[in-house]
Amino acid sequence: MSDEIRIVVKNFNAYYGEKHALKNVNIDIPANKIMAMIGPSGCGKSTFLRSINRMNDLIENFKVDGQMMIDGNDVYDKTIDVTSLRRRVGMVFQKPNPFPKTIYENVAYGLRVNRLFKDNKELEHKIEKSLVEAGLWEEVKDDLDKSAFELSGGQQQRLCIARALVIQPEVILMDEPTASLDPISTAKIEELIQVLKKDYTIVIVTHNMQQAARVADNTSFFMLGELIEYDVTSRMFTKPVKKITEDYITGRFG
Amino acid sequence: MERHFDEELNNLKKNILKMASLVDESIAKAIKSLLERKEDLAIEVENEDNAIDMVEIEVDMLCLDLLARRQPIAIDLRFITSVMKINSDLERIGDLAANIGHKVQILLKYPQLKPLIDIPRMAELVRAMLKDSITALVDKNTELARNITARDHEVDELYVQVFREVLTHMMDDNENIKNGIELILIAKHLERMADHVTNIAEDIVYMVEGKTIKHQFEP
Repeated sequence: MSDEIRIVVKNFNAYYGEKHALKNVNIDIPANKIMAMIGPSGCGKSTFLRSINRMNDLIENFKVDGQMMIDGNDVYDKTIDVTSLRRRVGMVFQKPNPFPKTIYENVAYGLRVNRLFKDNKELEHKIEKSLVEAGLWEEVKDDLDKSAFELSGGQQQRLCIARALVIQPEVILMDEPTASLDPISTAKIEELIQVLKKDYTIVIVTHNMQQAARVADNTSFFMLGELIEYDVTSRMFTKPVKKITEDYITGRFG
Repeated sequence: MERHFDEELNNLKKNILKMASLVDESIAKAIKSLLERKEDLAIEVENEDNAIDMVEIEVDMLCLDLLARRQPIAIDLRFITSVMKINSDLERIGDLAANIGHKVQILLKYPQLKPLIDIPRMAELVRAMLKDSITALVDKNTELARNITARDHEVDELYVQVFREVLTHMMDDNENIKNGIELILIAKHLERMADHVTNIAEDIVYMVEGKTIKHQFEP
């Protein structure tokens, strides 16, 4: 893993009140790679994901210590502007969550609230570009004024990806992005993720071991709030170093 | 947690063990037919190779089925891919044993060239190596497996010895050439068998430790 590192995490701890949810996590996440996080429910992987763009700030009694650096800037520094952080670190959720607006307005939203365009021409250009990037343009170009809810689940998820891409983040966090999709839509999203890594750093939480094996460059295994093992994916899925990792990924666990 | 998959893997293991024991019987029978000059036994060995081939196909199908349906990873993946390679090495050993059976039928047309000492020793060594490789597979014993790869040299040395000795007989009297060549080929077959067992032992080390030791490559 001798790549350029985008996210550096050092001695990172997270707590929900008394509950110690992440225990002294140390991890380097390389730029323009896909990092998958696997582990049983409650292992801390979603907490970790949401700590990267401070989505957990909204939870009462949530606190962290240690370092979470993106491109050398501490995410939890007091001077950091959380809104601009979230602009740099986009997120895609388990269930597609388009706004109750048209397809066009869903993508336009981030540009409008952040005033990221000069004129309508630029707005339209940016919307088309991110819909193309998300692999959705051909399917929706004639229906941009239709409600986003008229799209299929897989299309809605790609719309949410387009919505994340349009404001040009550096990092995209994905929390089980295909959990509610059928196999064809899942395959499309997986293909898309692999194209996107050219321009973005991607961190994906998945419960699907085969999905991590298929798409990720590096895989991390979490358990009970600890990072147990972190390695290149091919190594993790052929000969993991720790027995507990092997037991988990082969389903011998529990 | 016991998985249903484990039952399937156990079934696969049973089949590869069956394959190994059929192959071992073939070697034993082939050498016995040579030492006791029994043509019927030699013919039997040659014919029984079909049964080994059938088990080979069965093991291959089982492996492919498990790869397709279970999409195994980590130790499960290493086990199945190793079994596929071991299967193919065992099948080659079976072929070599059948071939010895064929050569014995030719040899029996001639008087015995010389008392056979090194060839049965080679056969014993090969069978012991094969037996240990199966034990190593069942017990995941990589120390035993590594030991097998070291023993390959003993078989190689015996082959060179047989070659030199038979060559002397052939130079003494060219009436000895035809059966001499068959004897040398039988020794060569045994030497090849030991190479296949060595492959099996190397696969077992990879299966258990995830380390490649073949081609003198030990990281």
